[in-house]
Amino acid sequence: MNQTPPSPGFHLPRDHYLNANYGIKSWLLTTDHKRIALLYLISVTFFFFIGGIFATMIRIHLLTPNGALVTPETYNKLFTMHGVAMIFFFLIPSIPAVLGNFLIPPMIGAKDLAFPKINLLSWYIYIIGGCFVLYSFSTGGLDTGWTFYTPLSSIYSNSAVTPAVLGIFINGFSSILTGLNFIVTIHTMRAPGMTWFRLPLFAWAHYATSLVMVLGTPVVAITLLLAGLERMFHLGFFNPAMGGDPILFQHLFWFYSHPAVYIMILPAMGVISEIIPTFARKPIFGYSFIAASSIAIAVIGFFVWAHHMFVTGESTYAALAFSFLSYLVAIPSAVKVFNWTSTLYKGSISWDAPMLYALGFIGLFTIGGLTGLFLACLGLDIHIHDTYFVIAHFHYIMVGGAVMGYVGGLHFWWPKITGRLYPEALSRFAAVILFIGFNLTFFPQFILGYLGMPRRYHSYPPEFQVLNVLSTAGASILALGYLLPMCYLTWSMRYGKVAGPNPWPATGLEWKTDSPPPTENFHVTPVVDWEPYDFLNRPDLGLVAGAPLAPAHGDD
Amino acid sequence: MHRTGELYGQFQTLEQQKESSTLGMWIFLVTEVLFFGGMFLTYAINRHEYFTAFGVGSNTLDITLGTVNTIVLIMSSFTMAMAVWSAQTGKKKLVPLFLILTLTLGCVFLGIKFVEYKQKFDHHLVPGRSFDVWYRVNHPTPADDPKAIALEREELEKATVSTNDPDINSHAQLYFSLYFAMTGLHALHMIVGAGLIIWLIRVSLRGRFTPQYNTPVEIVGLYWHFVDIVWIYLFPLLYLIDRHR
Repeated sequence: MNQTPPSPGFHLPRDHYLNANYGIKSWLLTTDHKRIALLYLISVTFFFFIGGIFATMIRIHLLTPNGALVTPETYNKLFTMHGVAMIFFFLIPSIPAVLGNFLIPPMIGAKDLAFPKINLLSWYIYIIGGCFVLYSFSTGGLDTGWTFYTPLSSIYSNSAVTPAVLGIFINGFSSILTGLNFIVTIHTMRAPGMTWFRLPLFAWAHYATSLVMVLGTPVVAITLLLAGLERMFHLGFFNPAMGGDPILFQHLFWFYSHPAVYIMILPAMGVISEIIPTFARKPIFGYSFIAASSIAIAVIGFFVWAHHMFVTGESTYAALAFSFLSYLVAIPSAVKVFNWTSTLYKGSISWDAPMLYALGFIGLFTIGGLTGLFLACLGLDIHIHDTYFVIAHFHYIMVGGAVMGYVGGLHFWWPKITGRLYPEALSRFAAVILFIGFNLTFFPQFILGYLGMPRRYHSYPPEFQVLNVLSTAGASILALGYLLPMCYLTWSMRYGKVAGPNPWPATGLEWKTDSPPPTENFHVTPVVDWEPYDFLNRPDLGLVAGAPLAPAHGDD
Repeated sequence: MHRTGELYGQFQTLEQQKESSTLGMWIFLVTEVLFFGGMFLTYAINRHEYFTAFGVGSNTLDITLGTVNTIVLIMSSFTMAMAVWSAQTGKKKLVPLFLILTLTLGCVFLGIKFVEYKQKFDHHLVPGRSFDVWYRVNHPTPADDPKAIALEREELEKATVSTNDPDINSHAQLYFSLYFAMTGLHALHMIVGAGLIIWLIRVSLRGRFTPQYNTPVEIVGLYWHFVDIVWIYLFPLLYLIDRHR
């Protein structure tokens, strides 16, 4: 039984996936899920910064009521390109393609995903789709809004819509193939003893996410293809002047794009479900309910799409049904939040950086989720539809939720990915900065929206200026909160303290192998004979029941 | 990952490998169903809205060629099933034979489809600026049966006047947009399938498929049957809307 903090005596393993072979070809032609995850890490970070630059310009522009920076036309392009880059090329692939790709095989005791070549293919598809979209951004931009509503996108817009639509169409297959790979892997590649109810909740969350990817993405693919064909060949599927139906486009678009929100948030919930028990040193409360709630969110999520269209022209009865179903999503979401808080209750909590991100997530997701109920309410939605209230709501879910989960997860598994620890004090500071910056950016937008400031406008009445300036100030703090981890995580890849296989310690199977893991993840196929998150019966973790935990970082 | 014989390194056993590949293909087919589903929905709504125009458009299709193509495709599904069966029962010589038959039938289908597309092009029925649902009636060729042309004119006039759809040209164009989008994507899937079958023929000529290892034949077979089933839906939806008169 070892109770002392992991001493500096750890050494990196002799052979691991990073030094298995060298050279650019060994990366670009790799079929190792861990290396592909790193390829994704670099590419989604790139798109995050592209989207971030647009966001910065939006916030600077909105410093003054008449707009401080760009023309109204350019402003339309800024918010469109911000949305496209962030949603399709950062948020949707972020956690699944980076952390999911890296972690699902070692979490279930597999050597790789079921289809390693398809995994690499999906990265290339992502890159090709990304190139199309960057081409669109750099040759005239895109001004339709990320929603591509017809007939604006198919007829009237003068911006580079066609390459963007094709890029997103292509990128969709990357998402489909990742989802397919995860589902098959979780079904067929589990190690002996790794039953369904011993799966980590991260894997459950990714299973649910993959269902959404596989069932939803093809629909948006065909929809954008039809819209693209309509633009290229002057067809009339969604053009009322030719007998087509623009509302049909919206239905088809949201059939994917609402569930797409769950592609972003479910994996983040998976991350949180791993971090919370680890730093509360307690088995997770209500394992099966958290697992089932992931599936429930994925399933119910498919039946709420028309709540985006309450004012677009749908029958009152349809709106009633969609409103009711949207309220239903709150139940499994609340199940998760309550179970996380119950896990914290009487836990032996340590305030490591991943835990700070996780706690931040719970708070921000709760605000984002509750304001979602405002929007699901038919009467209230008419007032706040298409206002900054909506912007604030979904940024609380996507940035406060998904991105917090992503950054928290990166910290949590950074020792596993790189074999080294990040600087703890600095990362705690970054987590706090991120939380403050985020709230300062987006909380004023709730008020702005409630007061009636519409989204997607390049100017606003002077009385809204104070709140807009607050929001822009918050955004600059937020930017610092993202740049800091970017810097010190990169720094730690070379100079961080060597972590050892299980620095926290955590209970998952992935922590049983070396950090960084060997190419085949485990030297011998593991056999699982323990229950998930069971800190009590795991002498190998070096914990004594009730004893406070030594921090991984020693005195730093 | 290393590969030992037919077993890829990420798998422990051949059964696990087979189970994974088959499940993967089934899930892929589910995504395909949803992919085509978006178009079927667009079709259903527009056909409901503009039934007359869709009937007019549908009646210009060559039902003989359509029927022949349906039979050709069903036959190709049969030969594909036979190829899978031959692989599973170890009849190594029959596998490439049935695959070549399948490929040939697939090519016949695509050839006939090409002839049909060409016809539509000649009759100005390809959506775009020169689309004119009256073109064939107004510009009959000596080869056309005057009776059929007269019948078509009568039908068009009736559709325009009696059912009060003055914009029959626009709405028929919508039908043809869907016709080309749906059959075009279907044909694209056939071409992908043909490529996969050519690959299978090459592998099977080396006698690689055995009762123990035949997953590639089986999952390409699944894909091929799926593409056939799509056509089984497309044929009545596009060709047989309003034929009973």
